Amino acid sequence: MKMALIETHELTKHFGDLVAVDNVSLRVEAGEVLALLGPNGAGKTTTIRMLASILQPTRGRALINGFDTVKEPIQVRRSVGFLTEHHGLYTRMRQMEYLEFFGRTHDLTAAVIEQRTTDLLDRFGLSEASDLRLGQFSKGMRQKLALVRALLHDPAVLLLDEPTSAMDPASAHLVRESIRNLRSSKRAIVVCTHNLYEAEDLADSIAIIRRGRIIAHDTPEMLKRQLLGEPIMELRLVDRLDGVLKYLPSELEPVEMGENWLRYRASNPDRVNPKVLNAMTQAGARVITLSEVERSLEDVYLQVVHGKGDPEGQP
Amino acid sequence: MILGVDKRLESLSGTMIIARREIRDHLRDWRILAPIAILTLFFPLLMNFTAQQAMDFVTRYGAPIIGERLIPFLLMIVGFFPISISLVIALESFAGERERLSLEPLLATPLTDGQLYLGKMIASLVPPLSAAYLGIFVYLLGLILKTTWRPEPQLLLQILALTTVQAIVMVSGAVVISSQTTSVRAANLLASFIIVPVAELIILESMIMFWGRYHVLWWIVLMLVLIALVLGRMGLRLFNREELLGNEIDTIDLRWAWRKFWEAFRDGARTPIEWYRDLLTRSLSLIKAAALITAGLLFLAYLIGYRFAGSFTLPAEIVNLEQYGEGLESQFRYFGLFTGQTWRWVFVNNVRALALATLFGAFTLGVLAEVVLMASVGIVGYFAGNVALAGGDALKFLTALVLPHAVLEIPAVVLAGATILRLGLAVLSVPKGESLSEGWIKALAEWARIGLGLVLPLLLAAAAIEVFVTPRVAMSLLTG
Repeated sequence: MKMALIETHELTKHFGDLVAVDNVSLRVEAGEVLALLGPNGAGKTTTIRMLASILQPTRGRALINGFDTVKEPIQVRRSVGFLTEHHGLYTRMRQMEYLEFFGRTHDLTAAVIEQRTTDLLDRFGLSEASDLRLGQFSKGMRQKLALVRALLHDPAVLLLDEPTSAMDPASAHLVRESIRNLRSSKRAIVVCTHNLYEAEDLADSIAIIRRGRIIAHDTPEMLKRQLLGEPIMELRLVDRLDGVLKYLPSELEPVEMGENWLRYRASNPDRVNPKVLNAMTQAGARVITLSEVERSLEDVYLQVVHGKGDPEGQP
Repeated sequence: MILGVDKRLESLSGTMIIARREIRDHLRDWRILAPIAILTLFFPLLMNFTAQQAMDFVTRYGAPIIGERLIPFLLMIVGFFPISISLVIALESFAGERERLSLEPLLATPLTDGQLYLGKMIASLVPPLSAAYLGIFVYLLGLILKTTWRPEPQLLLQILALTTVQAIVMVSGAVVISSQTTSVRAANLLASFIIVPVAELIILESMIMFWGRYHVLWWIVLMLVLIALVLGRMGLRLFNREELLGNEIDTIDLRWAWRKFWEAFRDGARTPIEWYRDLLTRSLSLIKAAALITAGLLFLAYLIGYRFAGSFTLPAEIVNLEQYGEGLESQFRYFGLFTGQTWRWVFVNNVRALALATLFGAFTLGVLAEVVLMASVGIVGYFAGNVALAGGDALKFLTALVLPHAVLEIPAVVLAGATILRLGLAVLSVPKGESLSEGWIKALAEWARIGLGLVLPLLLAAAAIEVFVTPRVAMSLLTG
């Protein structure tokens, strides 16, 4: 088993009567990217603020890189790179000065700051912007600089809160690309988002959070399988379907059919699909395609979050 | 030891990282720079001109003393005006960052709460204070070049010390406000809590300076140092990363306040017996230190009152109660003793005194409450001292006229004083993780618990003894 860089046990946070986070237990290993997915106000930001040791849990505990977020907050913050939802840059500063300030708070030497800053600015395409004040930066540039800030001290844990929110598609693509490149065998990443595409694109596993509780947690594929059932295959023919139905394997479970197409559930596509193709050959039917029907994470999300089926008790 | 020094240096380095960034940022803002420049250069020159004109004018009419007093006063004003900007900077320190959404990245750094807090304080202090010193220098230079007036080294030192501690007090208070409010607007609205007392202080200092009692300024410096220490501790105690990100601090929620109060007041008790048991065990042990302090202060008040009798001695015939002989009872009856009406009056009067002490103490860190309570014990000491000076037996006087009801009244006063002291100091000792309002409401609930459960019953009984029993004891002891 790999080392868990993020480990929470029944993490709970109350704000007065409001239970913002309720018994959240997570484990994120080195090299893993976890997406915390949920609607606004679900408790994503509160969870990662607790992981960054900015908020203290009401109950439960969290360990970051082996450090307790309540007992060892300084070590925790040294281990964490936190991209906050609002980048909140100091607009009168220039980027080098800004990064130097944050580097110093992490006790980095001037030489290390200069070397890392140069590397990271180059990697994120910000090297040309050194003369501009941060107030003159575009939204995408600001977000990338905030990401550089979070990475400056080479943290073991990266917490990204809505990294592409309110960005134009090109900037969002660029930031996602950058996050993808940040994967490392020594680093764990948590991405808070309500962007389903982003979660599926970036994450190894997804935890769906609603009203402070983790209501589903698995790989995107397994979530689809568990919540939407077995994969659905679609067979499309040149000819009408009527004449060939009797040739299909008896264990096939058709879920929907049209004039020249058929959809069936396949618990084991490797075994069933060759049988279907064989049958079609025997029947002399001309097959156009046999493919899996695309099922989006959106379906899973809607199923879980908007209560199409009770998600409680889901693995 | 080396490790300790290393830790302190490390802590200082974190503080200076914050301070340097902020100072650099302030110096880039023309809205801060312009008034500082005007108050540093133009204003002292204007004061030079004013001082010279005033000197010439009053000297012409044979009243040079007015000019001599005006020049040091203007020196203080030249130092004070630039530091008023520190208030604006400090009020903006946390509330402004929160508004600009730049606070969260800062809170995610490995800096400690103390480093963040002190860094912000230093950054708010340095530019205006440097401007104030420079302004004083420009003013003095102008005076030295144009007039014959030369500052006394002590006066100069006093003005520099006053300027510095006034700036520290204002900044400490403003940073506390800024860290407890959610917007710059809210911080500015609360700034009157600093501006009004400081304005009154400046008027007081002006009066002292025109009066020529410069040595009193040292006492003001000392008082300001103490206030700065209290505010600094209060700020550090209240500084809370969690609350800085919260957004509910400005809202008055009476329902929430009442619920918190009731929870703390009940403290989980289901029956009055449980409630009393908890009161006598947990609550009393909670106020132990405050009760000891109050008891000590009351004893001190008695001694001061006793000694005071030497300075302001009453005529012997007033304090010699034995002179009344058998007529003492009629004297007592004349004052309404032995009646239920007087019992109620004594009780209500004592409750009123404690209510007043609570009101004063809640807003003065408990100090004025202790003063109010000390005053009544001081009066007893004063009379005892006078009895002794008149050749009487002070112990007999106390035993006859005070002790019977004081046995209950003094514990009641000590308990009340202790809870008021805790209530007043609640702003300085909020438990970590609790908000200021939460800490204060809990202290208020403790005050109410002890007040209702112990102080009021003790005062009721003490009033009954004072009206019905003490006079009889006095009659039997004093009239034989």
